[in-house]
Amino acid sequence: MSLKSLTHLQRLEAESIHILREVAAEAQNPVMLYSVGKDSAVMLHLAKKAFYPAPPPFPLMHVDTTWKFQDMYKLRDKAAADAGMELIVYQNPEAKEKGINPFDHGSLHTDMWKTEGLKQALDKYGFDAAFGGARRDEEKSRAKERVFSFRTASHRWDPKNQRPELWRLYNARKNKGESMRVFPISNWTELDIWQYIHLEGIEIVPLYMAEERPTVERDGMLLMVDDDRFPLKDGETPVMRSIRFRTLGCYPLTGAVESTAKTLPEVIQETLLTTTSERQGRAIDHDQAASMEKKKQEGYF
Amino acid sequence: MTTQDKDTIYKTDALIAEDIDAYLETHQHKTMLRFITCGSVDDGKSTLIGRLLYDSKMIFEDQLATLEADSKRVGTQGEGIDFALLVDGLAAEREQGITIDVAYRFFTTEKRKFIVADTPGHEQYTRNMVTGASTADLAVILIDARKGVLTQTKRHSYLVHLLGIKNIVLAVNKMDLVDYSQEVFDEIVADYTTFAQSIGIEAFVPIPISGYMGDNITAPSENTPWYSGTALLPHLETVEIDSTKEPQEAPFRMPVQWVNRPNLDFRGFAGLIASGRVQPGDPVRVLPSGKTSKVARVVTFDGDRAMAVAGEAVTLTLEDEIDCSRGQVIVAAQAPLEVADQFESTVIWMDEHEMVPGRAYWLKIGTQTVSATVQHPKYEVNVNTQEHMAAKTLDLNAIGVANVTTDREIPFAPYGENHDLGGFILIDKMTNQTVAAGMINFALRRAQNIHWQATDITRDDHAAMKNQKPAVIWLTGLSGSGKSTIANIVEKKLARMNRHTFLLDGDNVRHGLNKDLGFTEADRIENIRRVGEVAKLMTDAGLIVITAFISPFRSEREMVRQMMQPGEFVEVFVDTPLEVAESRDVKGLYAKARAGQLKNFTGIDSPYEAPEGAELRIDTTEMTPEQAADLIIARLIP
Repeated sequence: MSLKSLTHLQRLEAESIHILREVAAEAQNPVMLYSVGKDSAVMLHLAKKAFYPAPPPFPLMHVDTTWKFQDMYKLRDKAAADAGMELIVYQNPEAKEKGINPFDHGSLHTDMWKTEGLKQALDKYGFDAAFGGARRDEEKSRAKERVFSFRTASHRWDPKNQRPELWRLYNARKNKGESMRVFPISNWTELDIWQYIHLEGIEIVPLYMAEERPTVERDGMLLMVDDDRFPLKDGETPVMRSIRFRTLGCYPLTGAVESTAKTLPEVIQETLLTTTSERQGRAIDHDQAASMEKKKQEGYF
Repeated sequence: MTTQDKDTIYKTDALIAEDIDAYLETHQHKTMLRFITCGSVDDGKSTLIGRLLYDSKMIFEDQLATLEADSKRVGTQGEGIDFALLVDGLAAEREQGITIDVAYRFFTTEKRKFIVADTPGHEQYTRNMVTGASTADLAVILIDARKGVLTQTKRHSYLVHLLGIKNIVLAVNKMDLVDYSQEVFDEIVADYTTFAQSIGIEAFVPIPISGYMGDNITAPSENTPWYSGTALLPHLETVEIDSTKEPQEAPFRMPVQWVNRPNLDFRGFAGLIASGRVQPGDPVRVLPSGKTSKVARVVTFDGDRAMAVAGEAVTLTLEDEIDCSRGQVIVAAQAPLEVADQFESTVIWMDEHEMVPGRAYWLKIGTQTVSATVQHPKYEVNVNTQEHMAAKTLDLNAIGVANVTTDREIPFAPYGENHDLGGFILIDKMTNQTVAAGMINFALRRAQNIHWQATDITRDDHAAMKNQKPAVIWLTGLSGSGKSTIANIVEKKLARMNRHTFLLDGDNVRHGLNKDLGFTEADRIENIRRVGEVAKLMTDAGLIVITAFISPFRSEREMVRQMMQPGEFVEVFVDTPLEVAESRDVKGLYAKARAGQLKNFTGIDSPYEAPEGAELRIDTTEMTPEQAADLIIARLIP
C-alpha cells in the first residue's frame, strides 16, 4: 500500500481545523476575533474549510480602534459577507467619547481601544471563547502560550494557571464567568502563512503589496498618511514612496518598509531575504522589555 | 564545519533571489517533523535549539542584536553569543536561569518544517515533558559527554518510550569538552544501549555533537573524523517518521467531532482521521451503537475527495440515515474497534492535588467526554529506576498503573496501537483543571464478559405498582445539623400518605454494608458511592429513598446525582452553621474531635463543601424540623 505523505501545510491545516471544530462543539458562545491582517485572513479561511458546506457557526468580531487603514475596513466587510458570517464591530464608547488617538495618547490608545475594548466586547456579548490569530513564532514569550488560553472572569492571564495540552485533547471546560482565548494557528510561522495565502489564493489587504503611497518619516519609522486625520508636523510633507507593510495595525502605529514587491511571490521573496523580524514594524512592542508578556497578562492578545 | 558547507546546504538565498516560484514549489512539498529535546539543566538543550535556529537562519538581525546585548548582560558564555537566550522565554524564568514550561520553536530547511518542544529537565517537571512528548514524532535525548548516562537520562528515555515515541536520537553533547574523544562517545553509547534495551527501546541513533561549537549539527565535523554517521540536522531532515506512517497502515477510524447539518439535505460527520484511509463506498460501522452503512462522500472545501488518509480533517456523508453524534467513532466495518468501560491504564498525575481513588473525574478521549473513576493504583513507577512501588494514590508528577472505570462503554484502542484512540486526559469536575494524562493499556475482561441482564418487570412497572414516582431525597450537612431528625419526620409523613419509602441513615449503614470503611477521604468517597448504588437500586424498585449523610464533598454528591434518572435526585442542604452544630453536639463528637480523639472530622479537620445548586436549602436556625419536612414534601409532591 503506497503511503501518502502529508506536507507541512496539510498537517498544519488539519490541526487548525480540528481546533476550530473542538471549540465550536464545546464552547457555548464562541466568536472569531478578526483583525483584517494576514493571520486573520488565514484563520477565517480555515474556519470556512472546517465547517464547509455550512458557514462557520460563530460570528466575526472586529474590535475597532477607528484608526485602521481604509483598505482594511473595505476588506473586512467583504470578507465577512463572502464567508456568510455575521460581523460585529465594537468600538469602546469611552475611547470614542474621549477622542483617544495614537498621536496624542501613546500607549493609552492601545490600552483603551484594544485591550479595554476587547474586554468590554466579550462581556457585552457574553462570548466564552474567542479565536485569535496569534502565532507562537511571533515573539519569545508566545512560544509557551497554550492553544487554549484561560482567562479569569476579569480577563487576566495567569501564567501559572494554564492547562497542559496533550495529544489532540483540549480541555475546554471552564467555570462560570471564565473565558478562553483559542489560537488555532499557534504552530504556523510567518512563512507558512505566506505560503498558504499564496497556495490557497486567499484575499489579503492590498497594503501588504508594494505601491506608491504618501509617507512621512518619523523616529526611524516610515508612516503612511492614510487620511487627513494624520497631523503633519512643521516641515513635514508627505512623500510618495513605494512601500508595503509587513504587519497591519493602526496606521499611525504601523511602520512601512520601502519595497518594490508587487506580487505575492515577490513579497515572500523579500520576506525570506529580509533581516528584520516581523514585529519590528509595530511601535507597541518597543515600549519595554518583555512587553508582550505584560500586555498579555492585562488581557491584550 | 566550514562556512561554505553551511552555505551550500542551508542558505538558499540564491534560489530565493533567482527563482522564487521554483523555491515556493519546493517548499510547498515539504514535510513536517515535530520533535522534543530532553536533557538535564546543564546539558546544553537551549544552546542546541538556539544553534539550530541560528544555523537554519531563523534569527533575524534585530533579534540577533537583542541576543548580543542580552548575552553580555545575563549570558553565561562571557563575551560569546549565548544561544540559550534565544529560547528561554518568560521574563521571570530568564532571571532564574531555567526554563519552566513547554516552549515550542519553529525552523525550516529545504526538506522539512520543524516544531521543537523544549521542555525542562528538572525532576519536578515530568508533567511538562510528557506534554511535550505527546505530540512529538521524534525525541532528541541530550547527554553531557563529560557526565555520561545519568539518572535524568534514564528518566527522560523512560518517559519518551512511555509516550510511544519510536524515533530516538541520542545526542552526546559537549564533545568539544572531552577533546572529541571516540572512546568517551563509544562508552556512553554502550552504556545507553544496555539501559535502552532494558526498558524496551528497540532502536536509537547516537550522534556526537557540540551545540556550542556547532560540530555535527548541520554537516559532518572535521573534529570527529571517526564518526561516519550523518550530522543531526540532515538526520532530522531525512528520517522516516513512524508516527505518521504507522497510522496510515492501520484500519480506518475517525472520531466524530462535529455533525454538520446546514440544511435538511446534508448531514455530514466531521472529524480528523485517526488511522487508515477512507474512500466513497467503504462499508463503515458507527461505535458504540454498532450501526452500519457505507461512505457516500468524502467532503472538503476544496471539493469531494476520492480518498482521505490518517491525519486529514474531512467531513463524511453516509448512504443511510443512521444515528451518529459527537464522540462516536466511525470505523471500517470489517475491522471495528473494541468497546469497553473498564481499562487498565497508565496514569500520569499532573495536578497539585493528589489523585482521589474512587472520585469521579471527566475523562476526555478522542472527541468524547465521559465520567470516570480511577481505582487505587496497582503500583507507582519510580521514574528514575523504573521500579514498581506500592502506592495508595498518585501525587504531582507521579506515574502509576491503575484501573479506570467509565460510566458508559467507549470505543478505544490500546495507546500502543493508536495515540488518538488510547490517550486520555482526566479533568477535575470542580476546578475544571486537567489533572492527569492517561494511556489505555487494555480493557479488563470483567467489563467485557458481564453483560447487563434485561429483566421483564421494568423500573416503570415497579413504580406504577406503587403508584408513585421514585426519588432520592439526599440530605447533606454537618454532623449535628439535624439531617437524621428531619429525614425521620419526612419518612413518617410520607408513610401516612401511603408512599413507599426507605430511609438510609449514615450511622446505620456504617454498622453493616460499610463497616469496613473508615473516615479517610477515599473511604468517605467509597461510603457515598455504595450508598448511591443502593439508593439507585431502590429507585429501580420504585421506592422513595431518603438519605441522611454528611457527604461533605461536592464531587461525590454530583457522582450520585449522575447515577440517578434525570429529575429523581433532590439534594437538600441542611444548613446549620458550625458553631450551632457544635453547640448542640448531640453525640459528643465535636468535643472528641476538638480534643484530637477523632480524626478527619468534618468541619474540624476535614472540609465541608457546601452545595452550590441544591434543590432545597434548609436554614435550621430559622425553621423547625417539622417545617423543614413539610418543605421537602411540598417539593416532592406538589
